[in-house]
Formats: sequence, C-alpha cells, structure tokens
Amino acid sequence: MHIERKSGVKYVDEFRDKGLVRQIAARIGAMMPAKKNNIMEVCGTHTQSFFRFGLDKLLPPNLRLIAGPGCPVCVSSQGYIDQAIALAKDKGNIILTFADMLRVPGTKSTLEKERARGSRIQAAYSALDSLAVARMNRAKRIIFLAVGFETTAPTIALSIIAAKKEKLKNLYFFSSLKLIPPAMDYLLKDKRLNINGFLCPGHVSVIIGSQAYEQISKRYGIGCCVAGFEPLDILEGIEVLLKQIAQARPAVANQYLRAVKRQGNPRARKVISEVFQVSNASWRGLGNIARSGLKIKDKYSRFDAEEAFSFKITVDDQRLTTKCRCGDVLKGLISPADCPLFLKACQPDNPVGPCMVSSEGACNAYYKYH
Amino acid sequence: MKIRRIQGDFAEVQVGRLRRQINIQMLPKARIGDYVIVHAGFAIQKLDPEGARETLKLIHAPRPS
Repeated sequence: MHIERKSGVKYVDEFRDKGLVRQIAARIGAMMPAKKNNIMEVCGTHTQSFFRFGLDKLLPPNLRLIAGPGCPVCVSSQGYIDQAIALAKDKGNIILTFADMLRVPGTKSTLEKERARGSRIQAAYSALDSLAVARMNRAKRIIFLAVGFETTAPTIALSIIAAKKEKLKNLYFFSSLKLIPPAMDYLLKDKRLNINGFLCPGHVSVIIGSQAYEQISKRYGIGCCVAGFEPLDILEGIEVLLKQIAQARPAVANQYLRAVKRQGNPRARKVISEVFQVSNASWRGLGNIARSGLKIKDKYSRFDAEEAFSFKITVDDQRLTTKCRCGDVLKGLISPADCPLFLKACQPDNPVGPCMVSSEGACNAYYKYH
Repeated sequence: MKIRRIQGDFAEVQVGRLRRQINIQMLPKARIGDYVIVHAGFAIQKLDPEGARETLKLIHAPRPS
C-alpha cells in the first residue's frame, strides 16, 4: 500500500487515513463470500486511484475489480477521431481539444501527428477557452472537440450559451458527449460479463445524482454504489456492495455523501437539457448504443460542427485495424495484461489503443502501477 | 478547492499555492470560503461538511447488518 504523505488539503487527508484503510480492507476480507465476485467501476478516475493507492493488493483474490468504459477519451470512436483529423487538415480551421485526445489513434493518424504536419491543433483546459481563441482568430473557424460524460456536458453547454450571447460566428462544437447509465444498461445485457455490482462514478453522479441508477438497479437486480475517489471512498463503496451481495439485497447506495445528492446538481442538469438532446452514440469497443449520447439542439445548431460541416460520424468501430483488444478491456472481458500487445507493441510512449493513451485508461494505469 | 473571491459568474479558487479562475454558474449559491469540486474550469458542486462527517462515521462504525 502506498498511501502518500499528508496533502494538507481538506476533504482529502481524512479519506486517506492508513489505519482506517487497513480496517476496511480487513472487514472486506472477513465478509467476502466464498464465490468469485466481479465489481465494475465505470469511471477512469476510480481505475487510476485504485492502482495508484495500491488498493488491488488489499482486496481478497476472489474479488475482481473490473475497469469499465469510464474513460471518455478511450471510448471516443475511431470515426470521430478520423472526422476531427479531416477538419484539422483544412487550413481555415483551428481544432481545440482536451490534451489527452491528441494521441488517440484514428484509422490512420492521430491529431498529434497532424499537428506535427502543420495543422492548427491546440490543447485546452476548459471549453470556455474556445471563446477566447475564437475572439482572437476571427478569420478562422474554431472547432472544439466536445468529448466527455455528464460531468463535462454542462461545461460545454454553458460555453455554447456564452458563445450565443456573444454572437460569436466562428466557433463550433463537435459533440461526442456520452451518457454513463445507458452504457451500464448495455453491459448488463452482455451475458459473458457477469457483473455483481457497480461502483458508480463520483463526478458524473455529482451532476446526474444517485437517482440515475435506480432503474438499472431495479431492472437487473444489481447493486450500484456511488463512490468518491480517495482510498477510503473506494473501499467503503466496495464494502457496501459486498454487504448487498451477501444479503442478496441489491440497491442504489451513495457513499460520496459530501458531493453527491440524490437529484444531482439541478442547475447543471437544466443547462444540459437546454442545449442538448439525447441521441444514439458510437462507443469505441462497444459499438452503437441507443440513446447514449448528446447532440446539440436545433436552437443552438449554429454552433454544431456536424451541421456546419455537413458530415455524419459513421458507425465503424467494430472493424479492428490491429490486434489491439481495447474493446474487450473496455467491456471488462479481459484485463490489460491479457492483450497480446500490452507492454510489447503498446506502451504509453507509443500507444496502439486509446486505453493506453489516457491517464484514465485501464491499460495506462496497469502499465504505470503494476 | 476553496473559494477566495467571487466576481459575477467567476470565482478565484485556491488549493495549496495554486490559484485559478473558475466559472461558478452551476452553483448559484456559492459563497466565499466554500470548498468546491472543479471540473474543466467549472465548479460542479459544493462539498458538504455534513456529508463528509456522515461518511467518516460510517467508515469508523459500519451500519449493523
């Protein structure tokens, strides 16, 4: 266990207490049912924290924590990257994106390679940065790659609303925003997976609330526990799920009480529905999932890159261009180490699949901490 | 991150020596001194001290089953 030194940050140190971490780990060991159990976390930050704090070494061997499709960069479809690259090749365009998108492989290239070849592609910290870039480059078209889940969606929505208010004419958003509960529903339909409980994402749930999992929990009879990102949060979430499994009483639970309310953040949900409508979306590795994405509403279509540049993202992701098994990793069917490319052809310096690119990706976390 | 100053839709937040301008439109009730969760330049929620205490209590003494 490598719990780090005190950070001096409120709401962090309390949830990294070494003694308590050991106590919960012991309780988990004592209550662990004899049979094998699989808990899936659908959140890249959980994946990262889990290995970073060495929690994998504290859990019983018959408890498997599976990393699900919770890394937004990893699930961006190859078709989406290809379209972004096509847009980047036009000298009149400037592409803005979150930094970890740069190295995600499309079919033939990456945004990083295109930048080296002369395309204008810039990393942004926030969607709001795109407004400043648009103001400073009036003669160019600025295209923001809107990638993320429910946590990112309201930040994009508020940026679009601000752009409309400012009457910016050269700013567009290319949405690949995705929704977590429909992906969980999709995974539960896959009989090969055998998931016994979900550790639900902390910051997605800050927005959508723990209520968002109630239908899934009821329909599939599966426990869903919202958890924070510190070691104690994750272990407590696992303890709650195991208790539900032991008592055969699956339900929605919320461990992350300091941040997540049952109804989420109502203001954030309101701005999402002001700007976006639910649409089908293509997930890398999983394929097309009905009603699992967000598309810009007609009211704001002036800012929609898909309208302005008249293309449609193709659903192409079942085609495999290499031996990369990212799709199976994202579904939790295999562990990163089971992929034939892991540590060989595929490393963080030269990633073949998106799970190795992002710091939130399962392969990247495995590489770093194993 | 802790809110230091508020100006319209924006606030200055601080953690350690890092200071940053963030948007607070999603938190109409944000006040100076609040701790907030920040995602991509936006405050998405206020941290609730009562909720934190509740969780720590459950960790110390788990619910009887």
